Amino acid sequence: MIVSDSNDRLIQALAADLVPMRRLAPPRLRALVWLAIVAAIAIALTMTCDIASMLRRFVAAPDLCIAAAGSMLTAVLAALAAFQLSLPDRKPFWALLPAPALVLWISASGIGCLRSWAVADIYPIPVGGTDHCLLFILALSTPLSVFLVLMLRRGCSLRPTLTSVLGGLACASAAASLLNFIHSHDASAPDMLVHAFAVGAVVLGNGLFGGLILRSKRVNIAVTT
Amino acid sequence: MNNAARLDLQRESSSEQRRWVSVTACSIGEMDRQWTAWMVAAQAGDKSAYESLLRDCIPFVRGVARAQGVRPASVDDVVQETLLTIHRARQTYDPSRSFTAWLRTIAQRRAIDGLRQADRTGTREIYEPLAYENHADARDDPEEIAFGMDRAALLGAAIGRLPAMQRDAIEQIALRGYSLAEAAVATGRTAGSLRVNWHRAIKTLRSQFGRKD
Repeated sequence: MIVSDSNDRLIQALAADLVPMRRLAPPRLRALVWLAIVAAIAIALTMTCDIASMLRRFVAAPDLCIAAAGSMLTAVLAALAAFQLSLPDRKPFWALLPAPALVLWISASGIGCLRSWAVADIYPIPVGGTDHCLLFILALSTPLSVFLVLMLRRGCSLRPTLTSVLGGLACASAAASLLNFIHSHDASAPDMLVHAFAVGAVVLGNGLFGGLILRSKRVNIAVTT
Repeated sequence: MNNAARLDLQRESSSEQRRWVSVTACSIGEMDRQWTAWMVAAQAGDKSAYESLLRDCIPFVRGVARAQGVRPASVDDVVQETLLTIHRARQTYDPSRSFTAWLRTIAQRRAIDGLRQADRTGTREIYEPLAYENHADARDDPEEIAFGMDRAALLGAAIGRLPAMQRDAIEQIALRGYSLAEAAVATGRTAGSLRVNWHRAIKTLRSQFGRKD
């Protein structure tokens, strides 16, 4: 077999750099580890928040319940898709995995807005009242994103931006799901806009910074000339 | 050719094709098993298995790059990028999956990256061999070369006119690149004496060449 000199030197350098490595766990297991962190936060919130009030809101407005289920499912599927895409041999179609759950979440939230607008005795929430939603989603998504990017970095994604965008969607939707614990009022158009803005900001931030971090993984080898 | 003869020929041709397909499938299966075994050994830290794997998969990567439309001049770049990616991603390989498929995906992706890079370069740079050939290289300026030669000759003459001890210091430290300790061993003088003579020599040369600093 003919191997050019430069390839030969590179192979020697790579072989010299080889150290035993622990094989990466399957993506679904790694996704479960990250979801366990989200579940731990959820358990902590159930201990501090008024669960009965949340359940009453869900019973009174089933679309809220559907939206919450949609956001939770989006978080699970987006996390799984991100971990799948962190492996080099996975097809980009994995990015479509959270799409049905995302559609369910957006449509159920939209229906909630329409109901709030159509029913006369429900007055709209002022934009100022939605500040805490924005802060909650951004504040919770940031540490979740850091954990997720660190876990994704152990893989080797050939599509780092797409992978981190999905990671951002997982973090934002997990934060939006957990927001239901403290969300005292019904969905409204300004409320939904603020949620959409927060989710968009988290996804964009992850796409930019997470993509850079995933892309920055380099091999440090010395090739002899 | 009668119908029976044509049927015989067709049967023979299709059986040959089946045999070729089965031989190819068998060799690909063998190759995949061998590569998987080498990769598993490499994950455990076996350097010789890793080296064999990387050498063995180069023709395969070249084939994938060519199939993606990479120009022959750039195929080796794709090969090297693929080897680096294999190294970076080696912990992600799962032995229960096909190594060949894993490698093909990486090679295809790196080939696409290479094509995009070539496109970007093509929009910024143009191929103009005549302009390249006609571009004057400042290093080849005859006036500059002559001036450099004059300067070297003048400097050599000035060093030659220095007192013997100062000349020795310059020769050992500046021209041979010795440290003070090494120069002291080479000349049999003390480091202090060499340092004093070095500074005196530098001062004399600067005064001759008109440098004040």
